[in-house]
Amino acid sequence: MSEMESKYAELRQIIEAHKDWPGALMPVLQGAQEIFGCVPEDVQKIIAEGLGVTLSEVYGVATFYSQFSLQPKGEYVISVCLGTACYVKGSQMVLDKLSEELGIPVGSTTKDGKFTLQATRCLGACGLAPVMTINGDVYGRLTPDQVPGILAKYRGEA
Amino acid sequence: MENMIALTVDGISVEVPAGTSVLEAARKAGVHIPTLCYLKDINAIGACRMCVVDTGARSLQAACVLPAAPGMVVKTNTPAIRQYRKTLLELVLSAHDKKCLTCVRSQNCELQRLCRELGVEDGDAFKGVTNEYAIDDVSPSIVRDNNKCILCRRCVAVCSSVQKIGVIGPVMRGFKTAIESPWGLKLNEMACINCGQCITACPVGALHEKDDTAKVWAALADPDKHVVVQPAPAVRAALGEEFGIPMGTSVTGKMATALRRLGFDKVFDTDFGADLTIMEEANELIERITSGGVLPMITSCSPGWIKFCETYYPDFIPNLSSCKSPHEMVGAMVKSYYAEKAGIDPKKIVTVSVMPCTAKKFEAARPELGHDGMADVDIVITTRELARMIKEAGINFAMLPDGDFDSLMGESTGAAVIFGATGGVMEAALRTAYETLTGETLADVDFHGVRGTEGIKEATVNINGTDVNVAVCSSTGMAAKLLDSVRAGEKNYTFIEVMACPGGCVNGGGQPIVDSDTRATVDVRAVRAKALYGEDAGKALRKSHENAEIKAIYADYLGKPGGHRSHELLHTHYTRREKYTD
Repeated sequence: MSEMESKYAELRQIIEAHKDWPGALMPVLQGAQEIFGCVPEDVQKIIAEGLGVTLSEVYGVATFYSQFSLQPKGEYVISVCLGTACYVKGSQMVLDKLSEELGIPVGSTTKDGKFTLQATRCLGACGLAPVMTINGDVYGRLTPDQVPGILAKYRGEA
Repeated sequence: MENMIALTVDGISVEVPAGTSVLEAARKAGVHIPTLCYLKDINAIGACRMCVVDTGARSLQAACVLPAAPGMVVKTNTPAIRQYRKTLLELVLSAHDKKCLTCVRSQNCELQRLCRELGVEDGDAFKGVTNEYAIDDVSPSIVRDNNKCILCRRCVAVCSSVQKIGVIGPVMRGFKTAIESPWGLKLNEMACINCGQCITACPVGALHEKDDTAKVWAALADPDKHVVVQPAPAVRAALGEEFGIPMGTSVTGKMATALRRLGFDKVFDTDFGADLTIMEEANELIERITSGGVLPMITSCSPGWIKFCETYYPDFIPNLSSCKSPHEMVGAMVKSYYAEKAGIDPKKIVTVSVMPCTAKKFEAARPELGHDGMADVDIVITTRELARMIKEAGINFAMLPDGDFDSLMGESTGAAVIFGATGGVMEAALRTAYETLTGETLADVDFHGVRGTEGIKEATVNINGTDVNVAVCSSTGMAAKLLDSVRAGEKNYTFIEVMACPGGCVNGGGQPIVDSDTRATVDVRAVRAKALYGEDAGKALRKSHENAEIKAIYADYLGKPGGHRSHELLHTHYTRREKYTD
């Protein structure tokens, strides 16, 4: 089985496990996001048919929550918190610096597929403000001048 | 005895069954609460919050979703509530295009009316985020203008819950929220069946029919064109509403006069086509029964239903009657039989259908519905568009004398006129099939078992000692339910009538729009249907095969029902359609 085929098989398993639940759409979309890194059109159609809901409903939920992405995300997803505490501590400046260093606007992915830059709502780590996460790693008390060094680690330069 | 709950609304005592909403309880007490997103039996989600009331709770609550409770003291008209509602409307207006003067729904708009009734003084009280949306007008039937959308979701509810289609829904969130098809697709790229129920649910001008009146005016003004018009049965049951005539009044005679005054060269009647359909369809049913054909046979008059079947239940395509719909039959006969009789080149004839239906616009454009490179029907306008033309022409509709249809294809029986109500085609077919199969005269032509507005009706008719099971359903949601039970082998029918719109054509997507307040207290489907059944009862002839012009068309031209010429001109075929486009 190819890598893609096994991903679709995994999606079907998730649909099967949830399809009789009320509110099955959320956990299935979350599972799909996990498997594929995003929820593209063909995946949404499979979910709609599998759960017996309309594509409009799937697409509506997928575009409502920022945790779902319609396009594939980069290898590393950089999430900068713009919650109140982080914002007043200057997270916007950190975000701007990241955008400048990566050469992409917020909410997009670098051409090489390495980084996705996004702003998020409160991460619940206000004590570390301003805070960002790169995949599972948390970075706190950030200043813009730390940005190049952190990025270098993920670029494999450091 | 139901569990009754006593409460007061603005000091008025009222008793309602448990489970009743405060909105309905207030209505029973004679207190009117303004609503915007609420649409009885279709949408009660408390989203717009226009219907807020004070129950002594810490915040105002939406009456449409608040169940009445024992001893509840409801206030609907306090200074705080009035201010709240006014502010809500001002917020709605901050994201609305406010182009009322040119809006198709002006004077029939629930937002406009609420703004006047609730005393909104400044349409620009809030300068909010405004989005500019491209108008989606590529569907042959339905135009969507999100610049006027107020996000009430009534269209979404009728499309997904009633019709079980769901080709539109809310996407994104916050200021970016819009009612759209997924992936930014246009309506004609979705498996939309063009029924137009979304239009009749819309409180504002965000959804309307594709207006084809300009094409009709152009044809009427062209001296080289011979323009032939035909109105559907259901049109006469509702057209009067556009001119202040009470709902449920049949305006057949005035309508015929109005069409003549608009300048049509011939005014034929789709009711004639309905009688013709019955001749062919009853014959097809008898043939299927006697020669072991595919059963149950399912009616094919409703183009919304046909596209639904082709897309969502393609395994039932062999069950569909091959009969064209009545107006398509008339169109085909105008460009053959009538053209020949009148000595007119059919290429110079323009056939116009006035329909209660937006899906008929899609149907008329089907390539298979025509012959010799000519479409059977060239232009379809809805009841609303005809009303618009009559107004534009300055015709005082309410004062018009009654007129008649032109002969050749203007005569009709009571069986034809009831086509406009759910169950009508079934009843009409049974009247003819019964007499053909038994050779006896049907003494009582009323088949009450197939009348009424319930979503699914069943009846058993004994013909020649054999019980024939029939079913009638309206709305594609109900059709889905019925077909699922047939597919599962739970039900066994010989003949099924399906209409895509709830209640049948009288409640079609092209009919005059009835506001939500009226719909909360009046069953529009039943009131309009009554006009048609009344007309049926008053007719001297009530069986399609007794129509003299029908007898003549078979004697002079078609031969016999199901004959060679009939098959060429009056029958069609269907195509499997994909649910998703790539």
